Amino acid sequence: MVDLLQVSGLTKRFGGLVAVNNVSFTVREKEILAVIGPNGAGKSTLFKLIASFLRPTSGEVLFKGERISDLAPHIAARKGIVRTFQETTIFKNMSVRENVIIAHHLRSKANLLGFFLGTKLAKADEQAFGTSADEILEFLGLSAISSEIAKNLPHGHLRALGIAIGLATNPTILLLDEPFAGMNHDETMKAVAMVRRLRERGLTVLLVEHDMPAVMKISDRIVVINFGEKIAEGTPAEIQSNAKVIEAYLGSEDEAIGL
Amino acid sequence: MTRVAKAASISAFLAVVFILVPVLIIATGRTDLYYTLTSVALLSIASAGVWLTFFIGRINIGQGAYALMGGYVSAILVVNYGVSFWLTLPLAGLFCAAASILIGYPILRLRGVYFAMVTLVLTEVARLLALALPITNGAKGMVSIPLPGALSIFGVTIIPNFAGMQSPRLAFYLLAVTMMVLCFAAMYRLVNSRIGKLCQSLQQNEELASSIGVNIAYLRVIAYAISSFFGGVAGAIFAAISQSIYPSSFTVTDSINFMLNCFFGGLGYVFGPMLGTLVLYFGWDLLFQTGKFQLLIYSTLMIVLMLFLPNGLLSLGDLLRKRGSNNG
Repeated sequence: MVDLLQVSGLTKRFGGLVAVNNVSFTVREKEILAVIGPNGAGKSTLFKLIASFLRPTSGEVLFKGERISDLAPHIAARKGIVRTFQETTIFKNMSVRENVIIAHHLRSKANLLGFFLGTKLAKADEQAFGTSADEILEFLGLSAISSEIAKNLPHGHLRALGIAIGLATNPTILLLDEPFAGMNHDETMKAVAMVRRLRERGLTVLLVEHDMPAVMKISDRIVVINFGEKIAEGTPAEIQSNAKVIEAYLGSEDEAIGL
Repeated sequence: MTRVAKAASISAFLAVVFILVPVLIIATGRTDLYYTLTSVALLSIASAGVWLTFFIGRINIGQGAYALMGGYVSAILVVNYGVSFWLTLPLAGLFCAAASILIGYPILRLRGVYFAMVTLVLTEVARLLALALPITNGAKGMVSIPLPGALSIFGVTIIPNFAGMQSPRLAFYLLAVTMMVLCFAAMYRLVNSRIGKLCQSLQQNEELASSIGVNIAYLRVIAYAISSFFGGVAGAIFAAISQSIYPSSFTVTDSINFMLNCFFGGLGYVFGPMLGTLVLYFGWDLLFQTGKFQLLIYSTLMIVLMLFLPNGLLSLGDLLRKRGSNNG
């Protein structure tokens, strides 16, 4: 397998606080890699660094060998690294379908003036986005609610919509921020199946997550972060038996690591 | 709305502003209304600009600055350089748009009340600049600006010389209303095109918008530039009508009024600022008879409206329609 994303020596300081300290790992093509760690371990910061929402203090992120660490988020998205959000970050006052259609923005061939004038290119875009949005909604089982206003959706659907928005940008690598947070067991199982299908679609998935059983079930490899540093990396089986990891989660190892 | 209903209401609106209003004014002899309605049309153009910044999620209390800037640009070009008013009109708009790109790029990063505060200061800065700069003639302002001359393209006179007209008031009214129609048509198109959806995506969640690849800084600046273009054009026509412009022609009060017009009409409706300007302008004049209670009644009504109709006057239609469909 090819290394798609290389994180090397990534460090982020906020004043005196070192949120991420010299973290390195790689993400291979078409794998599902999970980043886990206790609360406040620096997962979210790491996530934002990879998606170019933050600039690293030192170190870099290479995507297909090219440095992406200093790019604006929309440029990183254009290159194929797209993130979803932890909380229910969606366009609240648009319908589900509109949310997904607008997320096709990256694929548009017409420019702003073209949209305004309603050129042939812009109309062709609209047509294509509509079709593609319907396909994505179908894929994620959201067709039935496509005309609902997003803010009225239940939690599980919102998470799926977040993923639909991510998919619409046609990413190479999709970064999922806590995709299973706040879900009950059934919802989590459905979401796990959904993430697997993302990979079957040809995507590489990097996820940051708390829910250990789900992570163990879904990941090809796991990176464990504690106090901003990488303490372990390996397959779910290796991680479950790693002494450092157990120590980091000490006191709640049974439920937390899913043993 | 169906296509037919839309076409019908547009034609009805055009018939009213271009034919019915002038005919009624001539019939009743109330030529003073020309000036009032011209003002409404121009203020609604400036308010439309403010509405557009609301549409990308920014509270803009700085439109007065661009109206003032547009007025001065046109006045200076006409008086000092003898440029035709008709050429200065787009130039004033473009000058304001260019200025707003320079100003907007850094300040549009701010959100909520912070952006609002900076724009509020902007109006004051514009006034002080107009007082201080040599080219704007200080507190004396620019006076006796000649009326717009004839506009001819390839020897064909499209618009006759305003100075030679029997009633330049009617001409100004038609000019202002035409500009208003053009400006709102452009806004309507903008909002209902994909750009409108992109602007809404900014308004609802900038982080998500940038994560799906929207260049938020660029889009914000574009929207702000269009907004300021409207302000500049409105200011330029104002200067031409009153044949003068002073540092106090557009002040913080005007900037706030532009914003109130948007609130009053409805932030969710393209035509909100137009209705808001009309109602507030005439409402304020009607309340004049109440003497010293004018401001008190006006403010109370505003508060009541914002409490009970937070989405503006135009949301009344939606509410009634909803009620109608619930009963039916």
